[in-house]
Amino acid sequence: MENVRPLQWAPSLQAYSGQWDDATARHLLRRTHFGVKLAELKAVKALGLTATLDILLDDQLAQPLPPVKEYNPTNATVPDVLIAGGQTWVNDPTTDGTINSLRRASFKKWWVGQMLNQQISLREKMTLFWHNHFATESVDIGNAQFLFKHHSLLRKNALGNFKILVKEITTDPAMLVYLNGQNNNKTAPDENFAREIQELFVIGKGRGAGFNEADVKAAARVLTGWRNNAAEIKSFFDPNRHDFNDKQFSEFYKSKKIVGKTGADAGSSELDELIGMLFETDEVALYLCRRIYVWFIHYQITPEIEEAIIVPLAQVFRQNNYEIKPVLRLLLGSQHFFDLMNRGCQIKSPVDMLIGMLREMEVRFPADSQYTNQYGLWNQLVNYLTNMQQNIGDPPDVSGWKAYYQEPGYYKFWINTDTLPKRIQYLDILVAVGYTFGGFKMVVDGTSWIKLFPNPSDPNSLVEALCVHLLGVDISASHKAQLKTDILLAGQAQDYYWTDAWELFIGTPSNMANTKHVSTAVTNLIKYLVDLPEYQLC
Amino acid sequence: MKRRRFIRSVAPAGVMLPSFVQGIGFRAFDTGHTFLNQVLLPTGDNDRVLVIVQLNGGNDGLNTVIPIDNYSKYINARKNIFIEESKILKLRGHERVGLHPAMTGMQQLFNEDKLHIVQSVGYAQPNFSHFRATDIWMSASDSKQVLNSGWLGRFLDEAYPGFPSGYPNVNMPDPLAIQIGSVASLTLQGPIQPMGMSISNPSSFYNLVNNIESPAPNTLAGMELSFIRETSRQTQKFSEVIKAANAKVIVQNPYPTGNTLADQLKIVARLIKGGLKTKIYMVNYGGFDTHANQVESGNNGSGTHARLLGNVSSAIKAFMDDLVYLGIDDRVLGMTFSEFGRRILSNASRGTDHGAAAPLFIFGSRVQGGISGSNPIIPTNAGVGDNIPFQYDFRSVYGSILSNWLCVDDGMLNSVLLKNFQNLPLTKLGTCSVLKPVGDPENLLVVYPNPFHKSIAIQFKTIGGHTLLQVLDGAGRLVKIIYDKEVAEGTYRIDFDGGHLPPGIYYVRLQNQLIQQVKSILKV
Repeated sequence: MENVRPLQWAPSLQAYSGQWDDATARHLLRRTHFGVKLAELKAVKALGLTATLDILLDDQLAQPLPPVKEYNPTNATVPDVLIAGGQTWVNDPTTDGTINSLRRASFKKWWVGQMLNQQISLREKMTLFWHNHFATESVDIGNAQFLFKHHSLLRKNALGNFKILVKEITTDPAMLVYLNGQNNNKTAPDENFAREIQELFVIGKGRGAGFNEADVKAAARVLTGWRNNAAEIKSFFDPNRHDFNDKQFSEFYKSKKIVGKTGADAGSSELDELIGMLFETDEVALYLCRRIYVWFIHYQITPEIEEAIIVPLAQVFRQNNYEIKPVLRLLLGSQHFFDLMNRGCQIKSPVDMLIGMLREMEVRFPADSQYTNQYGLWNQLVNYLTNMQQNIGDPPDVSGWKAYYQEPGYYKFWINTDTLPKRIQYLDILVAVGYTFGGFKMVVDGTSWIKLFPNPSDPNSLVEALCVHLLGVDISASHKAQLKTDILLAGQAQDYYWTDAWELFIGTPSNMANTKHVSTAVTNLIKYLVDLPEYQLC
Repeated sequence: MKRRRFIRSVAPAGVMLPSFVQGIGFRAFDTGHTFLNQVLLPTGDNDRVLVIVQLNGGNDGLNTVIPIDNYSKYINARKNIFIEESKILKLRGHERVGLHPAMTGMQQLFNEDKLHIVQSVGYAQPNFSHFRATDIWMSASDSKQVLNSGWLGRFLDEAYPGFPSGYPNVNMPDPLAIQIGSVASLTLQGPIQPMGMSISNPSSFYNLVNNIESPAPNTLAGMELSFIRETSRQTQKFSEVIKAANAKVIVQNPYPTGNTLADQLKIVARLIKGGLKTKIYMVNYGGFDTHANQVESGNNGSGTHARLLGNVSSAIKAFMDDLVYLGIDDRVLGMTFSEFGRRILSNASRGTDHGAAAPLFIFGSRVQGGISGSNPIIPTNAGVGDNIPFQYDFRSVYGSILSNWLCVDDGMLNSVLLKNFQNLPLTKLGTCSVLKPVGDPENLLVVYPNPFHKSIAIQFKTIGGHTLLQVLDGAGRLVKIIYDKEVAEGTYRIDFDGGHLPPGIYYVRLQNQLIQQVKSILKV
């Protein structure tokens, strides 16, 4: 891949000290949220960078209400009749396959709802980050209560401590199902989790990652004995299934020996030692900082970036005993983050594109009281995301989405001859036609939306404002001029053609011919802009 | 485009030295050779198509192609998942090997000489990570080498120079390669850009419109923007020809329903019959990562793995029948692959963990029927880390398909695979060139004493030419290259000092042109 960065360019983690303007605030919001609302932009601009980072990193934000029963379990062998519609199902254990399947779907719809309703906070973007990092598949987990418990763990620790998160993930019931930890016992160890915790979750595959097959086998034996209790929605340790022999690790782990233990605390105690050993290596912080960099900035980690950004960031991570917040604060507040070279260079994930578009264009959804319609519409969004290859809750495999690890393309994996037409098609549907469920239509209300911009009656100002707000890379002045003429002026030369029409629309909306004309022009303009390749970037 | 640039950027000069190639020991890649001026496209000379079937997750080879002659050791290693001997499907003319009971369709293909089994395909220093192992298979790299392009991406880049600029054209009016589905595979990644097109529904494409293009800035954002624009152009260019080809075929032979692999292969048959000149198709089918519940409790012939293999077998059989029905079977060759096989010893969850070498299948009317290689060696008391060592490097399979099916010349083959590999007789004589099929091999390797303590003598017979002897450990890792020379025909002897090795099972692998044999040796 060609490196287009200029030769003199020096990446730096020094605090950003340039202008705090619309462009910088928008860049920060685009990378830390799904899409940017005008009101959010205004608020953040007024706050300034430091106060904004305080809010983004606030982990005291109240947790959302859990998903509710909005499904109709007609085919279930054991229907969950005890739960009324609109009440949550997450604490009601069931092993019925149909109910679990309905609840897994319910969870995914709910998750889309959380992303749509996100406030100014890093929590949603970091929850998805952790889902990609500790990737699990809901179809394999099966048990919807385990699934929600797992998701809550990621959500609760989204801005927490990585070391604690790794420990909790290891004995998390959903993970014990997904990577076979519940089957891992002394007579025939199952290495699935022991491998992935090193290769994908904690150490990674960087040049400095030196663990070997013997380490995988030894870690598997440390982790023997954990099982699940579906009735109580929790895991437990069974000392009878635990391998109490000593476990010897390689030189990469300083030849650490974990002395085998017996008794009820053996599992937890050996696990602490294992995690302590993993986190003693320098690789942990380097690996996670690279993952964070790819998530928030770009995938090209050149030797200069490794040196000037990753290495010092990892140092801060270690010094703070693996707390996430100091790392994010440093990176997102740095000169490097705001460097012009790093703006607009992410290809939007399907979530970024779809949820972002609905948020930034203020598309309305039914209230919580109308939960059937609400979840019905959210479900359609899950389907769109799935067709665009980001099925939340079911990434392709345990390594997450290829866009975040696969050389050489990374983000490019989102875009191919199948997914690009789908992206455009879904955007067009939502801008121009809408999708209806239970009589409620999910659609962009273009004229209401552009009223939020400062000067919509001036066609030059309107085109400019929409381009700035929507596009990852600006288009040329002549391109904008042509858009204005072709769409807003309907081929006429004078700007007042649009100004008059807009003012008539505001003053006399009952003039149906004019209102129709204006709203069609607005829809066409928005549709044109979201169909541009420039809209695929953020 | 500078054609040689990717070779330099992904593989510095030292990488090409034979010493690096972990004893596969073939002649170094000739960096002076260039095909820039090659005008005639070898692929234009034929209408052959290659279909790749990826089995995601690591298929358990030992329960797919079952070693009947090692049956007691097989049962011993797989106490909770072994397939009952009476249920194993017999293969005509091969008493020592059978197929999983769910694979009746592929059994029939084998018996009609339309299926070739290659035993124990893998590579030295096997990697046990799904992701890295998949990359190795798709990029055709050595175990420790990282290549960012795919083997078929490099082939298409060589065969269709300059793509995508200047395409479509008279010689190639259609996509070079088609991946069924919504993801792009590394296999089809060229040195600079993807060489394939992904489609999930050939009958409907959402129309993309041509927008005015503002110049892409010279920034990271501009680089991504150019990529999206290029994808948009490709989609617009090729969607019409695909729709047209798809619409031409009205009737097809029946396919099984509820089988996503069959659904994909059905589209492939349609597009080939519909007249696309596309050379490569890729389909995939997942779920082979059978760590747990690979077989049904109390009925080892049923369960997850049986369902998966049954679907693979019936999909491929239906595809082959359809190709015959459509009259295009002589043009199509298929190949399966999976990122690795699984461990010899089953685990306590009625499953198997990540392993190494495994069999793969080549199918088509022009296939040379039969089996390459012998049954894997199963130790009497297999340990948890024991793996099946490879008999055939996977790139030998690729190379043989490229040169004997797609008729790629040796020079281009080097550019695609970056070094030489053995040529195997997978296709019928005369498809491109003449290859002598291997008969039932005589015993070419004699080792004594066995078990050994310190030194062991290895006597081997060569037909002359390049002769390679390797020692692999129980997990299939290369321990030492003990012989790597061009020699005259004859019988030779070499002593190997294994005094420093920990006790356990090892393998001696002989490779001499088309031939290889593996012998197990026991260090005590």
